[in-house]
Amino acid sequence: MAAMHPSNSVGIVVPQTARFEEPLTLRSGAVLAGFELVYETYGSLNADRSNAVLICHALSGTHHVAGFHSEQDKKPGWWDNMVGPGKPIDTDKYFVIGVNNLGGCHGSTGPSSPNPRTGKPYGADFPVVTVEDWVLTQSLLADRLGIERFAAVVGGSLGGMQALHWTLAFPERVRHALVIASAPGLTAQNIAFNDVARQAILTDPDFHGGNYYEHGVVPRRGLRLARMLGHITYLSDDVMGSKFGRMLRTEDFGFGYGVEFEIESYLRYQGDKFAESFDANTYLLMTKALDYFDPTHRHKCSLAEALKPATADFLVVSFTTDWRFSPERSREIVQALLDNRRKVSYAEVTSSHGHDAFLMVDEYYHGVVRAYMDNIAVGGQA
Amino acid sequence: MNKTMLPPSGGPRADFALIAGWVTPGARVLDLGCGDGSLLAYLRDARGADGYGVDISDADILACTQKGISAIQMNLEEGLSIFGDDSFDYVILSQTLQTVMHVEGLLQEILRVGKQGIVTFPNFSYWHRRWQIMMGHMPVSEDLPYQWFNTPNIHLCTIKDFDAFCGSRSIRVLERAVLTGGRPVALLPNLLGSLAVYRLSRLA
Repeated sequence: MAAMHPSNSVGIVVPQTARFEEPLTLRSGAVLAGFELVYETYGSLNADRSNAVLICHALSGTHHVAGFHSEQDKKPGWWDNMVGPGKPIDTDKYFVIGVNNLGGCHGSTGPSSPNPRTGKPYGADFPVVTVEDWVLTQSLLADRLGIERFAAVVGGSLGGMQALHWTLAFPERVRHALVIASAPGLTAQNIAFNDVARQAILTDPDFHGGNYYEHGVVPRRGLRLARMLGHITYLSDDVMGSKFGRMLRTEDFGFGYGVEFEIESYLRYQGDKFAESFDANTYLLMTKALDYFDPTHRHKCSLAEALKPATADFLVVSFTTDWRFSPERSREIVQALLDNRRKVSYAEVTSSHGHDAFLMVDEYYHGVVRAYMDNIAVGGQA
Repeated sequence: MNKTMLPPSGGPRADFALIAGWVTPGARVLDLGCGDGSLLAYLRDARGADGYGVDISDADILACTQKGISAIQMNLEEGLSIFGDDSFDYVILSQTLQTVMHVEGLLQEILRVGKQGIVTFPNFSYWHRRWQIMMGHMPVSEDLPYQWFNTPNIHLCTIKDFDAFCGSRSIRVLERAVLTGGRPVALLPNLLGSLAVYRLSRLA
């Protein structure tokens, strides 16, 4: 390990690719001829394969959960504070898998990948995928890696929805689910935010109906707006107020529309950075997967009935200032699990950081996850 | 002087063994104000109870999680609507009653969620407390360790008070035990008992 990387890091990791040749029928009915998933693993699988943990990512996450990609790499994976040797999800104990979801833009097959039929990027032809599709493809990856049953499936936000769905689609393959800053389905307000974000992309003149790749452009303006809007909703009013308040970057009002307030500068920077690195079609797809997720939809039943198939034990965590995935929504999950007499623990973490809190270090939050993970029994090390 | 009511931390509290004796093996138990989960761990080990705790404090939820006890972080005062009717064999409120704002509502909730309720509280008319008041001071002891200005205890009552309350609220007292220094008190319980332990149900 490079001296510059901290000793409690998993160190340098190399992404791997799994290719699946079998046609995949998606929830929508669309069929993908074949697909690839990019993933990373940390720690080692023990002899009885009982220590595997799957990390499901959220809207803009990737397979790169922890560690670094090179000696020079300064930016660790997106959940490096949670996953590593001696960390709450301890890679000395667990074999941890991070996977880029189908439809992503970080290596797994998605709208920017070449369509084998045309040789050109899928673009608008890439089918809409759902949380159900992701869980199904993740299970195929688990098969490939020889993992019959996960010690835990863990996810925050949209990732929490995947963890929850795992317990319904494959109850016998999940011993524990950690559902963090998530919800059993988006509220109307949440879907509304997503639709504004999508409209920003869809109405960008550079979108070209999703086939912007062949025009050599990207709908940067739309994606930037979508991210700016999203970012507002991931922060709390409190934290925005304390971080930026009404602070000006200029001496005084400029009576124009340039960057004047610090918050404007921050949001524009975040939007620009994101628009450089993320694919607009993937963003559309991820927000749609969020909107569609609803375990009660298919059977038109109560959440408690929908969660009946689950046999896993649960840890549910929410954050007090998270208004995008509020504690009330997590309590709905807890209530439905209690109705089914599942073993469930629920921590409501006091935090000023809004939805983003699930990605941050918090002593209590990390303490509870650590304690929960420490108590999961696994077989001997390989 | 008052005998030691609360053994040094680590040892089970005086009422644990008594409660464990009432709880049927393998029962589903909800402990409201579960603290660090000691009672639930005791019931798990002694009776194979399937236990859940409820508490509001971070430290207690963490301590429960460390013990492998399922715990729900929430404020009791906001009701128990997260729990279904009759979803537990026993709902326990151990030495927490006196800190609760809406006692009546909570007791009704306990008997909605639980087939039975187990409620324990310090008996305020225990002779030693009477003596302290006669001497002109608010009672302070090991089981009521607070001063008048920092106490969380807002609804202290006596055994007689609680009996009368149950009688007037359609709450059936299935069993009552009174302890002092961890030992049962049969004679003049309202005077000689420091801790009251009740097993309750709805009036059928």
